[in-house]
Amino acid sequence: MTATVPNSMTNSKAVAAATATGTAQDAARLAAPTPGVGSPGAHAAVGSMSIDNVSCFYGSHLAVADVSLEIPGRAVTAFIGPSGCGKSTLLRAINRMHEVIPGAKAVGSIKLDGVDLYTKGIDPVSVRSKVGMVFQKPNPFPAMSIKDNVLAGLIIRGARPRGSAADELVERCLTRAHLWDEVKDRLKKSGDSLSGGQQQRLCIARAIAVQPDVVLMDEPCSALDPISTLAIEELMRDLARDYTVVVVTHNMAQANRISDVTAFFSLASAGQPGRLVEAGLTTDIFSAPKVTATRDYIDGRFG
Amino acid sequence: MSVSALDLAQGAGRAPVGGPAGGATPGERGFAGAMKGAAIAVALVLVGVLIFLAVRGGPAFFAGAADLPAHAGNFLSLAAPLAFGSLWVAVIALAVASLPSIGVALAATIYAPSARFGRLLGAVLDLLAAVPSVVFGLWGLMVLAPAMVPLYDWAHQHLGWLPFFAGQPSVTGRTVLTAGLVVAVMILPIMAAMCRESFALTPPALMEAAYALGATRWEMVRTAVLPVARSGIVAGGMLGLGRALGETMAVAMVLSATPGLISVNVISAENPSTIAAFIASTFPESTGSKVSALIALGLVLFAISLVVSILGRRFAKTGVAK
Amino acid sequence: MTLTLTRKAPQSDAVATFASCRPTWRRRTKDRLATTAVVGAAVLTAVPLTLVIWAAIQRGSERLDLTLFTNSMRGVVGQGGGLLHALTGTLLITAATAVISIPLGISAAIYLTEYGGQTRLASITRRAVDIMVSIPSIVAGLAAYALFSLLLGPGTRSGLAGAVALAMIMIPVVVRASEEVLRLVPGDLREAGLALGSPKWRVIWRIVLPTALPGLTAGSVLGVARIIGETAPLLLVAGFTDAMNYNLAEGRMATLPVYIYTQWSAKGLDTAAYDQRAWAGALVLMAVVVVLQVAARALPPQIAKLRRNR
Repeated sequence: MTATVPNSMTNSKAVAAATATGTAQDAARLAAPTPGVGSPGAHAAVGSMSIDNVSCFYGSHLAVADVSLEIPGRAVTAFIGPSGCGKSTLLRAINRMHEVIPGAKAVGSIKLDGVDLYTKGIDPVSVRSKVGMVFQKPNPFPAMSIKDNVLAGLIIRGARPRGSAADELVERCLTRAHLWDEVKDRLKKSGDSLSGGQQQRLCIARAIAVQPDVVLMDEPCSALDPISTLAIEELMRDLARDYTVVVVTHNMAQANRISDVTAFFSLASAGQPGRLVEAGLTTDIFSAPKVTATRDYIDGRFG
Repeated sequence: MSVSALDLAQGAGRAPVGGPAGGATPGERGFAGAMKGAAIAVALVLVGVLIFLAVRGGPAFFAGAADLPAHAGNFLSLAAPLAFGSLWVAVIALAVASLPSIGVALAATIYAPSARFGRLLGAVLDLLAAVPSVVFGLWGLMVLAPAMVPLYDWAHQHLGWLPFFAGQPSVTGRTVLTAGLVVAVMILPIMAAMCRESFALTPPALMEAAYALGATRWEMVRTAVLPVARSGIVAGGMLGLGRALGETMAVAMVLSATPGLISVNVISAENPSTIAAFIASTFPESTGSKVSALIALGLVLFAISLVVSILGRRFAKTGVAK
Repeated sequence: MTLTLTRKAPQSDAVATFASCRPTWRRRTKDRLATTAVVGAAVLTAVPLTLVIWAAIQRGSERLDLTLFTNSMRGVVGQGGGLLHALTGTLLITAATAVISIPLGISAAIYLTEYGGQTRLASITRRAVDIMVSIPSIVAGLAAYALFSLLLGPGTRSGLAGAVALAMIMIPVVVRASEEVLRLVPGDLREAGLALGSPKWRVIWRIVLPTALPGLTAGSVLGVARIIGETAPLLLVAGFTDAMNYNLAEGRMATLPVYIYTQWSAKGLDTAAYDQRAWAGALVLMAVVVVLQVAARALPPQIAKLRRNR
């Protein structure tokens, strides 16, 4: 299999990718030395992930079959594919949210900076504080103020910061989520009082307040209007400077606009497990997909 | 008056059968009228209850010692200790049952390893709720009470400095605490049902949000489940309190009561009685004005339960509004 | 060709990497304590149920013989005797209660869902039902006593008075359950019927009620289950007797719950015999209750919600 070379994100697209279907040329391109990138050991801290032979089950039903995929650190990776192809399920397996559903389990290995998240002895709770998640529908805690929502991850742990430390953290996270200017005068109001797009950015601020390495986003814009969507897209690009971002989206154009790497999932027919068809640099996937199924899907969507 | 409305309602069964096949208007009018009559009748049943109680019980509010049971000088000195007893037993039951009811409701919803386990636990709760109070009474006085005696002796020896455990403990175990425990078992499934319903309504999105922030299961419950369900929990508590106040047979059988007594001691042989238990144990041997006094006590109990249930509904509504 | 960046960290290192963000001992302990408490509460709930059932079976089976079901208590002062008169009384009074409550309750529910809507009468009736649910059962007994003593003079005891008292408890249960079931009947079924030119009452009678029948049945079974074990109101207005009484309208009538109570409260010299009969009565009553519960459970699943609203 091939692997990735994440690097500083000075240009619009990261130079990164690798796939289950990757080829030697792909790897060669990626392996090209990039100025400013240190020894391989340095990559350990940048949040690259590798998914190996992962299958996800709901009870005895196989939902995702045998996916292997490299996710570059500090870049945006998009999961695309038709409904029911298991892309959300796989996303949830990455931070072990999948197993929250009774009877659901995942097998295989998912590594974050070389550490298998499914190693026996690793508490799923600690995985989730390293790998955050933003959901399809914005879900701020209704009983908490905007400020407390940002601090929710710490409040939950019984480690609520006080005074200026709290204010600083709230300002930093909200600024990072491009929301500060809109809410700085009403931090005490309920998170419910915000618009959908603002709520989603609040949820992003909440996710990054616990300092994860990776932020997973499960169709974060599907419940939002076009203008809010644009704001979130911009934010995702921006977040990729500091975090590894993995986003599930139905929106081809969105995947094309924001992602560095695209993974296309599909399924043979309804009821069949979802599989990874092809993954690679987004530019390659959209301009010259290697697999016919990918081309058909992308062409069908683009017309 | 409710009798005539009742006839109307039973006519409802006949109207459509006897109605002409095509003649819409008379049939429609008859049927609709019968249904409306039933609705009126139901409302009138309540009005009837209030009127009958007031007519037969009203005079007792002003009765003197000769017309009152239990050697009470006036109605207030009869009712006050009993009302205290009712509240005291109900509060003990509520205190004992509230945490377990929340716990078992969590076990049946959030913590349930499978839907089947949740249903099984639900069946246990439903069955517990269905056990007749007279059976609980029999069990409480013949099984639970003797079993509690050593515990009460221990409590007296080691916690005797508390007013609740002062004085000689009962040798039969038929104390306020035993009665409170039996009533707690009876209201637990009622409270748990309300909690279960509120917990089941927790938006999954909030639970996921908490988990995704790295919450343990308990932290998730505290962040996502309990704040949303708070009004439902309080409403369930009110419902349980109402049931506990009205509980009659179990208390009448378990409690070895001294009417007229006000005491916070929960392990003594001398215990305050409750309104409901006093009515049930005194009524069969009462006649005339004494019966009126008991009916007046019933009105007092009704008023107390009504206040509790209105408070409970108010809490439940604020929950819905959120 | 493979470019490995970071691979094959030993397992212990893997765990160590996550040790920094692993929940603290305090957090893990709290979580474990909470789980223990929740499991404990579930076990705790099953304990009294098990103990009560066990006590009823163990002590009740001592007298679970044929005489119990063939004899009344007439003339019995010690051993022997049975509960036939009480079982008969319970059946008669429960049947009478059902005959009053089910048609009245379902009809009122039909008015509330099909005709009343937001009218004043509908809101008054709903509020009355809310209040009636909170009437303590002993108060229902007192009200029935007051009614019959006003009509027939003081001191009257009869099975019918008992049925009226129980109806006050059962009616609100039936109204609530039926209203909820009728609301579950899809609106387009009604519209389909009306579009065929049927008058409204025929649509209700031929389409709505048959559709809702399983739910209405379940609601009625629940109502019966709610009152079958009631003791206090019957103690007040139906009274107790040692002999058979088939006449609802006249004379004291024994019932199973009151039988249990009086066997304990009005013991003769041979106390063991009375206690045995009390427990045997409890066992029979529990069996009836379990049968009703199972019957209600066997009904369709959408009714499950109603069961909890009791």
